[in-house]
Amino acid sequence: MRLAEAWRVAFAALRANRLRSGLTMLGVVIGVGAVVALVAIGTGAKREVERQVEGLGSNLLVVVPGQIDFSSAPSVSRLTLSDVDAVTRIVGDRSRVAVTVTSGETVRAGTRSRFSTIDGVLETTPKVFVRSIARGGYLTRSDVDTARRVAVLGAGVARTLFPERDPVGQQVSIAGVRFRVIGVFAPLGQSLGVDRDGEVHIPITTAHRLFATNRVDGIAVKAPDRSGIDALGQRIVAELSQRHPGTEFSAVTQEQILGVLGDILGVLTGVLAAIAGISLLVGGVGVSNIMLVSVRERTREIGLRKAVGARPRDIGVQFLLEAVLLTAIGGVAGMALGIGAAVLVAQLTPVPAAVTWWALALAFGVSAGVGIVFGVVPAQRAGRLDPVVALRTE
Amino acid sequence: MSESTGAAIEARDVRRTYQLDGVAVEALRGVSLTVGPGESVAIVGPSGSGKSTLLHLLGGLDRPTSGRLLIGGRDVAKLNAAALARLRNEVVGFVFQSFHLLPRTSALDNVALPLVYRGLSARRRRALAAEMLSRVGLEHRMHHRPNQLSGGEQQRVAIARALVTSPAVLLADEPTGNLDSATGASVLGLLESLNADSGVALVVVTHDREVAARAHRQITIRDGVIV
Repeated sequence: MRLAEAWRVAFAALRANRLRSGLTMLGVVIGVGAVVALVAIGTGAKREVERQVEGLGSNLLVVVPGQIDFSSAPSVSRLTLSDVDAVTRIVGDRSRVAVTVTSGETVRAGTRSRFSTIDGVLETTPKVFVRSIARGGYLTRSDVDTARRVAVLGAGVARTLFPERDPVGQQVSIAGVRFRVIGVFAPLGQSLGVDRDGEVHIPITTAHRLFATNRVDGIAVKAPDRSGIDALGQRIVAELSQRHPGTEFSAVTQEQILGVLGDILGVLTGVLAAIAGISLLVGGVGVSNIMLVSVRERTREIGLRKAVGARPRDIGVQFLLEAVLLTAIGGVAGMALGIGAAVLVAQLTPVPAAVTWWALALAFGVSAGVGIVFGVVPAQRAGRLDPVVALRTE
Repeated sequence: MSESTGAAIEARDVRRTYQLDGVAVEALRGVSLTVGPGESVAIVGPSGSGKSTLLHLLGGLDRPTSGRLLIGGRDVAKLNAAALARLRNEVVGFVFQSFHLLPRTSALDNVALPLVYRGLSARRRRALAAEMLSRVGLEHRMHHRPNQLSGGEQQRVAIARALVTSPAVLLADEPTGNLDSATGASVLGLLESLNADSGVALVVVTHDREVAARAHRQITIRDGVIV
């Protein structure tokens, strides 16, 4: 029997039982759809995180007290501005060193107010991190040196406090202290559901007075190039450990952050795909079941085909193709469903979704494979039927 | 191909034993029989006598437990399942009491079915099937489905299917059993004229004495042996 003929017969058999074929396919459709959608969401989330970490700036080294450990609470910093000076001496370029001291405070302008993240920073921040200014300017060295009460607002803060006016030159009060707005950041938008435009930058010296502290929460260094970045981190950690005996420090690079986050999201995506894969497996069992019913129902047909010259192999191939066709059509429909679901999730929720060609190829391959695996037993059973017995079956 | 090898079917001391719930049941106990080319043979006997078993053996649907069986000159014992299937396709044509037509399939495609397993193109299959349907007088029913045909017409389609491969022998199992006597007579007449015209050997299993009387030769089988 020619293969083209076998396909035609398989297709005709599926058409003859449209409802049953459709319901059997549904199991595969849901399984493949779930795999495609969940992998797309997992991949999208991973890409988004990577984009954000990379968006911080290149060749970045972040120095914080304590161990870099995503499972423990952050330790309270004992770093001060004199440590920053020491780090600057190692780096040899003040413009490559950024620091923060962070606190949450209410920012007011007239009757409007908004709870914001207040970052006490050096004037170097836009050079170390990727931040661009939409209006006005950024902090200057003299703002930092003289602890001026000036602030640069995040786009979201500016929108809330000054919906109709240009904020630059206006007054705001932060924790009850008056500041003059000198600039507004370009909007970053939302990412993973977090508003990134809710921060306010003020000189670190001003922040120390405002928060009544002299601590520095973290130091970030922009290395001149990628190759020296690990050695630079080790020198900085060694220097800080010497200055603060008994305290541990860690220097972490973007690659390390990306690696850790990528691993976590990769595992998460894998687990989601595996759970979805179980539903695909259940769909496959359904295919197997229906194929067995189909073989039993068409026992007389099998007997007749054998009587007129069908070999066991011809009959086996016919039923195997039927199962593969069932899962392949289900697989294609499942891919469409998965893509649709991913697009819907990406549009309706902050979670991005990225449909990758390899996920589609894998889902289709697996669904066709499911057809083969779960079609083999019914097909073999059909092929081995004794024609005499099969013809006698009513 | 059978013409060159003499007899269409040659059986020597053929036995067939079934295992039913662990008990050996002898359906055929040493049957010897030769069907020559173009001959017509009726096998008669009461139900349970083993005549259906014999027909299945003669058609290569089953194998003898012992004995020698040549179909179209080929020794059945030496053929595997695939080769036996090919033998059925090339040498034998079956006509069943209950027609065994595929539902939802046109008369034309039913007749063309055996040619599918010869790897012929759809075009060639349909041409041969159409020719065969004309020979059984159904050229006006080619695109009808079995449920749109009368019993006699269905059996004619089945006969056309059996003969479309130009077999050496046509095996008919109670071909008139599901038909009224007038229709049965016309189907029988068709079988006889095909037997006479095309030289295909005809083996008819029946319990109907009138049907049997029309054959060249009658073989009576009882309790698994020819009497």
